[in-house]
Amino acid sequence: MDLTMFMQQMVNGFSLGSMYALIAIGYTMVYGVLRLINFAHGDIMMVGGFLGFFGMEVLGLPFVAAVLLAIVGAALLGMASDRVAYRPLREAPKISLLITAIGVSFFLENAFNVFFGGVPRAFPVPAYLEVMVEFFGLMMPMSAVIVPIMTAFLLSVILWILFKTKYGMAIRALAFDVGTVNLMGIDANRVITLVFGMGSALAAVGGIFWAVNYPSVEPMMGVLVGLKAFAAAVVGGIGSVGGAVLGGLIIGFTEVVVIAFFPELGGYKDAFAFIFLILILLFKPTGILGIDFEKSRF
Amino acid sequence: MVSQVSFSLEPNGFVAIGAYVTALLLISPDAKSYQYAIADPYPFVMTLQSNFVVALLLSGFLAALLALVLSFPVFRVRGDYLAIVTLGFGFIIKILAINHPEVTNGSLGLNDIPEFSNLYWTGGLAIVAVVVVLNIVNSKFGRAMKAVRDDEDAAIAMGVNTFKAKTLAFCTSAFFEGVGGGLLAALLTSISPDLFDFFFTFQLLIIIVLGGLGSTTGAIIGTVLVMGGSEWMRFLDEPMNLFGYETTAMPGMRMVVFSLVLIFYYAFCS
Repeated sequence: MDLTMFMQQMVNGFSLGSMYALIAIGYTMVYGVLRLINFAHGDIMMVGGFLGFFGMEVLGLPFVAAVLLAIVGAALLGMASDRVAYRPLREAPKISLLITAIGVSFFLENAFNVFFGGVPRAFPVPAYLEVMVEFFGLMMPMSAVIVPIMTAFLLSVILWILFKTKYGMAIRALAFDVGTVNLMGIDANRVITLVFGMGSALAAVGGIFWAVNYPSVEPMMGVLVGLKAFAAAVVGGIGSVGGAVLGGLIIGFTEVVVIAFFPELGGYKDAFAFIFLILILLFKPTGILGIDFEKSRF
Repeated sequence: MVSQVSFSLEPNGFVAIGAYVTALLLISPDAKSYQYAIADPYPFVMTLQSNFVVALLLSGFLAALLALVLSFPVFRVRGDYLAIVTLGFGFIIKILAINHPEVTNGSLGLNDIPEFSNLYWTGGLAIVAVVVVLNIVNSKFGRAMKAVRDDEDAAIAMGVNTFKAKTLAFCTSAFFEGVGGGLLAALLTSISPDLFDFFFTFQLLIIIVLGGLGSTTGAIIGTVLVMGGSEWMRFLDEPMNLFGYETTAMPGMRMVVFSLVLIFYYAFCS
């Protein structure tokens, strides 16, 4: 394998890792404030992909407008899922919350399956994302350049919200101690709903990128991607936004690069994320950017 | 059967082991000789043969053995992390089944498994399982498990070997999950890796949480409620006459209703 080929694979890995990262941020933020493994997050990503598809195919919107529609729609869906399925259970045992999360996940998968069919639909990728561009001698589709740039941009927006705004301060405080946050006169429920909205918006972007890359959408597309992104969040250190991005990139790179070097391991591609996850948890249970859960968050 | 607050999300893996072991032991050499389409089976696969009882016991023992091996890494972590690690192992077992067509026939799965399971076998073994589990729960080991369940740190302080208690609970549940997998294989007559997906584990999780975590009676009631309910709701998949509107058949509709019932039950009744 020559250098160009290697660099090519690195770019692919970066692009795939960015998608995992976008989805992993939502997992890590929800876990940070609620200690909930939100199993429905992958399905919100699927809904984001579908909204983009409907925006372009049914409403005839241009790609960028369809992305905005998907972001707003998924954010509203995420907030609604919190309002209906998680908010009534704030005081309940964690396991009940996990069951309603699985309930929301089953609901979204099956509702989309019943009403829109389980057959993958071709995603109308705009021509300007498929144009091949040359970049230091590497040929790659425009989307492989745009995905990491968009991810970096969204990540900086999220970090700005978390560390420079009052809402961000409330989110960090909430992750630290719910009881005290309530004493400070902050409406914890509103902040948690906001977290779901932010996470779901990022998942929608991830879903659309996914749909562009494998140009199709189908109701089950979020299951495995969601679990891998969750594994990425844990590998990076759950509760940490930077960790989620790092974990996503590591898992994306591993999947692409290992397959490129050892094609015979192709069948195990989907297991890498989980093998990584198990190894990390055995040797450094708090993840790479390990956050001690008794001390600080994000 | 999850007897700790940390719950294992791995039953799909153990059920898969049991199902494959039973399937390989029961399928006749004749049927084996024509169904391996992806790769030629290993010679030992062709010679495996036993009767139903031995197959079920072996399924259980192999699942329990795997649980014993896995308990060393798994019980280094607690709580949510344990759930995640076991979820990962369950998934890896499925991937292994897909990638070893010499044994499992890959994603095509194994067919023509003799249909040994019937209500007497499954019901009878369920009763045996309940009796055995109740005996364990009421023994010295059971008291140690309960102590770990209620407060792990207190149990450690009292000198309970928590690792041993957890491993015993893990292996016992793996044994019955393996036997259950064997019964499942001999009931469905064909198995494939897709059967043992996350969905399978989540369904079991809903059952035990609905019945009450850590309760054997609860597990039985939960099974009757969830499985009975989802069979009863089959009419939702059929065409219906709703207030004069004829709806077409919508396969999957019952799962939509089932998940809504689940969400609203937990949101407003617990």
